[in-house]
Amino acid sequence: MADAIEDHGTSLWKDAWIKLSKNRLALFGLAVLIILIVTSLLTPLIAPYGYETQDLDMGATAPSLQHWLGTDIFGRDMLTRIMYGGRVSLMVGFIATAVALVIGILWGAIAGFFGGRLDAIMMRIVDVLYALPFMIFIILLMVVFGRNILLLFLAIGAVEWLTMARIVRSQVMALRNQEFVEAANSLGLSQWTIIRRHIIPNTLGPVIVYTTLTIPSVMLLEAFLSFLGLGIQPPESSWGLLINYGVETMEEFPWLLIFPGIALSLTLFALNFLGDGLRDALDPRTSKD
Amino acid sequence: MYRFAISRLLQAIPVLLVVITVTFFLVHSAPGGPFSADKAVPPEVIKALEEQYNLNQPVWQQYLSYLGDVLQGDFGPSFKYSGRTVNELIAAGLPITAELAFYAMLVALSVGITAGVGAAMRPNTLQDYLPMTGAMIGICMPSFLLGPLLVLIFGIHLDWLPVSGWGDIPGDKILPSITLGTGYAAYIARLSRGGMLEVLSQDYIRTARAKGLSERLIIIKHALRGGLIPVVAFLGPAFAGLLAGSFVVETIFQIPGLGRFYVQAAFNRDYTLILGMTIFLSTLIILFNLLSDMLAIWLNPKLRQEIRGTN
Repeated sequence: MADAIEDHGTSLWKDAWIKLSKNRLALFGLAVLIILIVTSLLTPLIAPYGYETQDLDMGATAPSLQHWLGTDIFGRDMLTRIMYGGRVSLMVGFIATAVALVIGILWGAIAGFFGGRLDAIMMRIVDVLYALPFMIFIILLMVVFGRNILLLFLAIGAVEWLTMARIVRSQVMALRNQEFVEAANSLGLSQWTIIRRHIIPNTLGPVIVYTTLTIPSVMLLEAFLSFLGLGIQPPESSWGLLINYGVETMEEFPWLLIFPGIALSLTLFALNFLGDGLRDALDPRTSKD
Repeated sequence: MYRFAISRLLQAIPVLLVVITVTFFLVHSAPGGPFSADKAVPPEVIKALEEQYNLNQPVWQQYLSYLGDVLQGDFGPSFKYSGRTVNELIAAGLPITAELAFYAMLVALSVGITAGVGAAMRPNTLQDYLPMTGAMIGICMPSFLLGPLLVLIFGIHLDWLPVSGWGDIPGDKILPSITLGTGYAAYIARLSRGGMLEVLSQDYIRTARAKGLSERLIIIKHALRGGLIPVVAFLGPAFAGLLAGSFVVETIFQIPGLGRFYVQAAFNRDYTLILGMTIFLSTLIILFNLLSDMLAIWLNPKLRQEIRGTN
């Protein structure tokens, strides 16, 4: 029995991979994402200059052989700044999404699995939270509790879990009455084990798709806040903050705006294409076309 | 339908109460009161100020009296802009932000629907790929990047358009409206393409074709109404996004609207202004979500029946 489920599982993933590998834009997205992650992990080793290294005499210079992407007004290497900024941007993207994932999956799985009144109460809470204008609330939180990076993770994660909870709940509702769950029930497994071992793994497809699409939206939210000066604070840096600095000096030194802008846009582009590709690949309904 | 509208309106009341309560206690739990400013203020001045702003009462009493004021539409005085009330500031900023949002929506709807419907009419051709790639770029180009780039190109290099202000120089409304509208144009293009593709494959469209109607007439008379439902449903969330986007666009273009007030209030720690504006903006967003839901239901007979069935 377990083997049969395993086999079915791998074939679904294999099928998805075949579909995905035919989608060039999605593969491009995947490649960009891998390069970004590797670069971010290795930044302290491969960055051409130190994060704080500055050459005040030099000031802002256009891209050159020594500084591929130029230097900022303090003579700091722009490529290095963008690499370190990308670390923070990606970290916010991944950690905040992870927070959203954990809350959303647990909430949705519990509501969908137990159903009835518990479900009604839990989903009503989600409805109420949905109606709140969260962008405004995040700004409020940052004002009240200071601009703390940890709080930023939590605040963004706390916004993004709602959709995840809805997706997981509807999946679980559909799964709950399937034979293999009944079988697990009659084998005497505890409810918690059934949720963990049988329900959650079977909801992975839509969850993966939504996760891939949440990461760029979280990164965008962070950049948005940092741009306004309400997100990441110096000496930390992120792409949003670099764009903010770039805008101040864009008349004289446009590359200080353009390069971080390209980094952010390219990443969002890649992640969105990957997410779209995964949705097409993991959705069995798309196999018809 | 009316019953649905009323029940949704009633549901909005607890949501608003939650908003008011959470915002109030968040702001009041902020470390460092509003007057713990840089300068040392004499104690008697602090006491007078506290009395003026009711800060010497217990928090729950402040909460109840604030709630009472808010229910009567009074958000109290601003902490930082002395002598001005939050209501006055909102009244000053609202028309400007509303105008900006209106133009941005105009840009978004006209460009988005044209591109999306055009793409859906000839799927998987250049007429589909070009606008959809454009839409993807639009989605990945946030307003805080697009705005400065437009300023750099059209304001500084080409020197065609003014780069700041609102209604001071002719043409100064163009760049902010495009900056704010582009992202939504991109979403609307994708939504209307998807909606139209689905509708165009339905039987009643085939019937219309079989009757020999021109493609133009089929789109306008039969397909648009159903195909644009996803766009209509998106209008509510889009409105919330437009307000948030106005924070950035009004900051970039130095437009004295609600968004700029809100960001400045956040920087100045102007607690009453933040509190009042949060409640005001939340109310607006909740109302617009409600309106766009109602509009989507009114356009979609299937949903209308479902609601009748559940009531």
